[in-house]
Amino acid sequence: MSGAVPLLSAEGLAKAFGGVRAVDRVSFALAPGEMLALIGPNGAGKTTCFNLVSGQMRADAGTVRLGGVALDGLPARRIARLGLARTFQIAAVCASLTVAENIQIALMAHAGLAVSLVAQARRRLRAEADALLGRLGLAALAEMPCGALAYGDVKRVELAAALATAPRILLMDEPTAGMAPAERGALMAHIRTEAKAAGLGVLFTEHDMDAVFGHADRVLVMDRGRLIADGPPEAVRTDARVRAVYLGEDEPTQPGAA
Amino acid sequence: MPGRRSLLKGGLAAAGLLGMPGVLRAQAAPIRLGDLNSYTTFAAFTLPYRDGLILAVEEINAAGGILGRRLELVSRDDGGQPGSAVTVANELIQRERAVMLVGTILSNIGLAVADVAARRRIPFLASEPLTDTIVWQNGNRYTFRLRPGTYVQSAMLAEEAAKLPARRWAVIAPNYEYGQSAVRAFREQLLKRRPDVSFVVEQWPALGRIEAGPTLQAVLSAQPDALFNVTFGPDLINLAREGNARGAWRNLPVVSLLTGEPEWGDPLGAEMPEGWIVTGYPYQYLDTPAHNRFRDAYQRRFNTYPRMGSVVGHATGYTVAAAITKAGNTEPDAILAAMSGLSIDTPIGPITYRRADQQSTMGTWVGRTAVRDGKGVMTDFRFGDGAAYLPPEEEARRLRPAG
Amino acid sequence: MDVILIQALNGLAASAALFLLAAGLSLIFGVTRVVNFAHGSFAMLGAYLAWWLTSTLAPGLGGFGFWVGILFAALAVGLIAAAVEILLLRRLYGAPELFQLLATFALVLVIADLALLWYGPEQRVGPRAPGLAGGVAVPGGVVPAYDIVLMGLGPAVLGLLQLLLQRTRFGMLIRAATENRALVAAFGIDQRRLFTAVFALGSGLAGLAGALMAPRATVHLGLDLSLIVEAFVVVVIGGLGSVPGAFLGALLIGQVHAFGIVLFPSITLVVVFLVMAAVLVVRPHGLLGAPEDGGPAPGAAGGLPAAPLVPPRAADIPFWLGGIALLAAAPLLLGGFEIEVLSEVAIDALIAASLQFLTGLGGIVSFGHACYVGLGAYAVALSVKQAGFGMLAALALAPLAGLAGGAIFGALCVRLSGVYRAMLTLACAQIVYAIAHQWTDVTGGDNGILGIWPDRWAGEPARYWWLVLAIVAPALWFLRRVAHAPFGLSLRALRDSPRRAEAIGLWLYGRQWAAFALAGGAAGLAGGLLAFLKGTVFPESLGIPVSVEALAMMLLGGVNSLNGPILGAAAFRGLRVFVAAETDLWRLVLGGVLIALCLAFPEGLAGAGARLTRRLRAERGR
Repeated sequence: MSGAVPLLSAEGLAKAFGGVRAVDRVSFALAPGEMLALIGPNGAGKTTCFNLVSGQMRADAGTVRLGGVALDGLPARRIARLGLARTFQIAAVCASLTVAENIQIALMAHAGLAVSLVAQARRRLRAEADALLGRLGLAALAEMPCGALAYGDVKRVELAAALATAPRILLMDEPTAGMAPAERGALMAHIRTEAKAAGLGVLFTEHDMDAVFGHADRVLVMDRGRLIADGPPEAVRTDARVRAVYLGEDEPTQPGAA
Repeated sequence: MPGRRSLLKGGLAAAGLLGMPGVLRAQAAPIRLGDLNSYTTFAAFTLPYRDGLILAVEEINAAGGILGRRLELVSRDDGGQPGSAVTVANELIQRERAVMLVGTILSNIGLAVADVAARRRIPFLASEPLTDTIVWQNGNRYTFRLRPGTYVQSAMLAEEAAKLPARRWAVIAPNYEYGQSAVRAFREQLLKRRPDVSFVVEQWPALGRIEAGPTLQAVLSAQPDALFNVTFGPDLINLAREGNARGAWRNLPVVSLLTGEPEWGDPLGAEMPEGWIVTGYPYQYLDTPAHNRFRDAYQRRFNTYPRMGSVVGHATGYTVAAAITKAGNTEPDAILAAMSGLSIDTPIGPITYRRADQQSTMGTWVGRTAVRDGKGVMTDFRFGDGAAYLPPEEEARRLRPAG
Repeated sequence: MDVILIQALNGLAASAALFLLAAGLSLIFGVTRVVNFAHGSFAMLGAYLAWWLTSTLAPGLGGFGFWVGILFAALAVGLIAAAVEILLLRRLYGAPELFQLLATFALVLVIADLALLWYGPEQRVGPRAPGLAGGVAVPGGVVPAYDIVLMGLGPAVLGLLQLLLQRTRFGMLIRAATENRALVAAFGIDQRRLFTAVFALGSGLAGLAGALMAPRATVHLGLDLSLIVEAFVVVVIGGLGSVPGAFLGALLIGQVHAFGIVLFPSITLVVVFLVMAAVLVVRPHGLLGAPEDGGPAPGAAGGLPAAPLVPPRAADIPFWLGGIALLAAAPLLLGGFEIEVLSEVAIDALIAASLQFLTGLGGIVSFGHACYVGLGAYAVALSVKQAGFGMLAALALAPLAGLAGGAIFGALCVRLSGVYRAMLTLACAQIVYAIAHQWTDVTGGDNGILGIWPDRWAGEPARYWWLVLAIVAPALWFLRRVAHAPFGLSLRALRDSPRRAEAIGLWLYGRQWAAFALAGGAAGLAGGLLAFLKGTVFPESLGIPVSVEALAMMLLGGVNSLNGPILGAAAFRGLRVFVAAETDLWRLVLGGVLIALCLAFPEGLAGAGARLTRRLRAERGR
C-alpha cells in the first residue's frame, strides 16, 4: 500500500521568468525514509524547483502531491501544516529570538498553541525544545540569541526549527553550506539517521559532492531547468550527460555561498 | 524685522515677569493675566496681538495698575493644536493662578479654551477667533469675544457687494468652519439685498494647502461676474499672485474678507491687486486723537506700525483692566458681572460687551485696495460699527444654548 | 475641452517643484534608508534663502542675479544638509532602523524656530522672475509664463539626474546602493562620503524646489510640514528610490490636484491620499519601485537584530508595584496642573506602547497611529453627546472603536511592507481625519465636540489621574504580557523572518492583522481617556502631528524595549509641556534636547537604561 502512493510526487512542474524556463517539466517522486539529492550547476533551477514544491512560488504548470493530496496553489504555511518542512539556501531563522524560542515557536505553531495572548511563551514546550536541541547538539546554545551565532550553528538551528514541526517531508536547500568540513558529514549522517528512524522523506540540494554521494539514496540532476538524470548515486556518477554538464564546471565541491 | 524682535521680547517679557514674583510679593501681589495664542504656528498674526497687549499692560501699570495692584502678563504659546491649548490653559489657571484667560486666534482653539474656562469657572476673553459659534451656538457664561466675527465682517462686505452690478458670483473659501460660515453669512446677506444674484461656482481649498493656479482656473472657467474670497495668509498670497500672473483681476471684481488688514495684506507689497472690496485696518490714514496716541506709542515701543491684531491686543488689555476695576476684586463671578455690558474706549472707538451674547461691538473698516509706493493700502474706506451689523440682542440670545 | 487643456497645464506646472522635492527624498531614502522628515524643512530653507537672495541680488545684477540667487539657495541648502549629515545622521546609521527618523523630526523643530529667528514671522513674497511676470494666452485662459519655464524644468532635471545616475561613477554607486546596500560595502567604497554626498544632493534638490516656489508663491513658516507630506506621497506613489518614479508620481499628483479641484472641490486634500491608497493597493511598491531587497526588518538595528526580550521576572514585581504606589501617591506632592500632565504622560505612554506593539514586536511601521487614538476619542465624544452615555460606558466603547479601526485598516495594510505600508496607514488616518472634518452634522467638523468632561466623582485632577492609572497600568501590563505570550512570540518571529515563520505554518497577514486590531484597541482606549482629560475632541486628534508625536515618543524611549514607551512618553511630553511654559522658542529647545538624546542614546532611553542596569549588575556580581 505504502509503495503505491509515494510520499511526495512532482509531475510536469514548470516555471518561467520572462521567457527563461527556470524549471521545465520536472517530475520526480520521494518515498518515506528516502534521502533524495537534487544537484546541478548554478542556475540549473534547483532552488526554484524547491520553491515550487514548498509553495513559496506558484508553478506555471504541473502538480505536486503530498501523500496523494494536490498542493496546487496552496500557500507555504498551509503546505507546512500538511507536513512539509524546509530550510533555505540562506538560513532563515528569527535573529532576535533565542535558539530555544526559535524551536518553541515552531513547536507551538505545529501544535496550534501560538495563539494565546496571556500564556507565558518562555515556558511553553520548553522540554520538547530542549530535547530536539539536544539531538542536534545545540543544547548549550539554547539561551543564545540566534543573531549572535556562527553561521554553521544558525544552519543547525534552522534545521531544528524545521524538524520541530514533525514533518513527513524535509526540503533542505544546501544544508551544509558555510559549515566546516567536519561538521558537514556529521550533520548529513544525523539527518540520515532521523530520516530512517521516522520514515521522513528528505529532498536536498547540495554543492558538496561528498555530502551527496555519501548520504543520498538517490540523485536527481538538473541542467537548465530540465531533469537530466534520476538514479542511484553510482549510476548518476557515471552518467555521460551528467559528466558532460559538470565537465568544465570548476570544482563541483565549491560551497555555494553566493 | 520687527516680528523677530518682538518674538524674543515677548518671550522674555513673559519669562521675565514669571521669574519675578518673589521680588514683587513685597508689594500687593500682582494680578496675573493668562494669555495664550498661536505664537509659533501663526507668528505673523499673533505677535502683533501680543505686542498690543504688552503695550496696554505697560500703560496700565504705569498709571498705577488695577485696584492698586500690578497687572502681570503670563503669556504662552498654545501650540496651534486644541489639545495642547487645553494643557496650556490648565497650566495658566492652576499653576500660574491666572484670574482670567485671554487670547487665541484659531477658532477651534478658542472653542476648546472656552470649554475649559466654563469648566474651571474662570472668565475668558476670546480676543481674536472669528467663529461666531463661540458666542452663539456654543456660547457659555464665562466666554466673551472681542473681535468682530465672521458674521459681522461678511455682512459689511455683502452690503458693498450688493452695489456691484454682478449677478453671477463665485466663491473661494478655506474648507473649515470659518470659511463655511463666512460664505453662508455673505450669501444670506447678499441675497437679502439682491435676490437676483446666484452663486455659480464654489472652491473649497484645504486651509494652507491651496493649489492656487488650478483653483483660480476652475473659478474663471465658470465665467462669474464677481468673486467672494475668504482665504487668507499664504493661501491668499498664492491666489492673488496667481491671478496677477494670469491677469485675472483685471475684469473680475473681488470682495475679500480681512485682506485690508495689514498682517494679511502687507506681505503682498506691490502685488496687492487693486480695487478689491475688503475689510481691514487703514492704520496709515486714521486721524483721531485716540488712534494717533496708540499708533505713536506702539511705534515708539516696538519700532513698527500697528496691525489689526495690535489693536485687538491693546483693547484686550484695557478690557481686562476695566472689568477688574469695575468688579472691585478678582473673583470670577464679579469679573463676569462686570464684563456684561462693559463699555470701554479703544484706539478705534468705544465698544460695549453686549449682555445678550457677550460679544463686543468692535467694528472694522470696509474699503478698496490700492497700491501706494509699492505697498498695499485701503482707500475709500468707511468704518462699520459692529453694533450696526450684529443681529439684535434678542435674536442673538436665542442663538445661545438655554441656561 | 479648453478647460481640460489649461488644467492639465496647471497640473504640469505644479508637478515640477513636486518632482524635485520627491526625487531628492527618494534618492536619500534609496541610499541611506533614512526616512527624512526634515526634507520639507530643507525645502523651506531653500524658499527663504531664494527670497532673500533674489530680493537683494536681483536689483543689482538684473535677470542674471535672479537665477544666480535661485541656484545659490539650492547650493546653500545642500551644504547645510551635508553638515547636518556629517554632524548628526552619520552617527546614527548604526542605530535601530527608523531611529534616524526621530533625529530628523528634531531637526524639523529646530529648523522651524531658526527660520523664525532668522527671517521673522512675516510671510514673504519673492520677486517675480525677470521677464516672466506675465502670462501666456492658451485656449481657455492664461498660463503664467514662469509656469511654462517650470514645465520645461521638470523634464530637464529628470534628464540631468538620469545622466548622472546612468553615466557617472557616482551615479553607478547610488544605483548600486539603492538596489543592494551590502554591495557598496563590498566594492570597498567609502560609504560615509557616498551618504554625505547623496544627502547633500537630495536636500539640494529640495532646496531648489523651495527656491523655485519663491517667485510664484508665499514663503512662510508652514511650508515645511505641508511640503513633507506631499513629498512622501509622491515618492511612495512613484516607488522608493526611483527617480523616474518620482517624476511619474509628481505628474500624477499634479494632475490629481488640478482635476480634483474641478471634480471634487470640497475634498481636495483627501483625494490625494485616496489616489495614493489606490496605487498602493494595486502596486504595493509604487509605480516603478522594486521590492525591498530583503532588507532588515524594521526594529532590527542597522543590520543587527534586536536583543531578545527578557521575560518578566518575579523579582521585578515589587519594583513595579512600588512604582505604581508612588504614582498613585503623586497628588500628595504635586499640584493640579502637574497631575494633569501626569495623566497625559500616562495616556501618551499607552499610545506609544500600542505603537511599539505594532512596530517593535510586529515590525509594522505606522505613520497613522493617530487614527486609532482619534477613533477612540470620537467614540467617547459621540457616545456621551449623542447617546447620553456615562463616562465608564463611553470608555468601554473607546477600545472597541480603535479595535474596529485597526481591523479595517489593518486588513488593507498587511499586504504592504516598510515605508509603503507606513504611508498607507497615514492615508487611512487622513481619510478618517477628512471624514471627521467634513461630516459636520455628526462630528461638528472642525468646531469639534465640546464638553466631554469626566463624571463628577472623577472630576478632580487627582481622581481622574487615579482613574487613568487604574486603566493604563493594566493596559500596559496586558500589552507586555501579550509580548511574552505565544502570540507575541509569533509576531516577533514574523518580524525577524517572515520566511521562517511561514515555513513553520504561521500566517503572516493574519497575525499582523490581529496586531493592528490589538494595537488599535489599546490606542483607542488611550484616545478615550484623552477625550475626558481634554474635555473636547477635534479632528486634530486624528492629525499627522499626533501620529508623529507617537512615533517620536516610541523612538525616544527605544523601539525594542517594552519600557521604552513609558520613558519616551514621560521625557517627550514632560519636555514639551514644561519647556513651552518657559519659552516661546520651545521647538528649538525641545529639538535640541532630542538631538542630544539621539546622539547620546541611539538605542533609546530604555536601551541605555538596560545597558546601565546590566553593567551595574555585572559589577555587583564581580
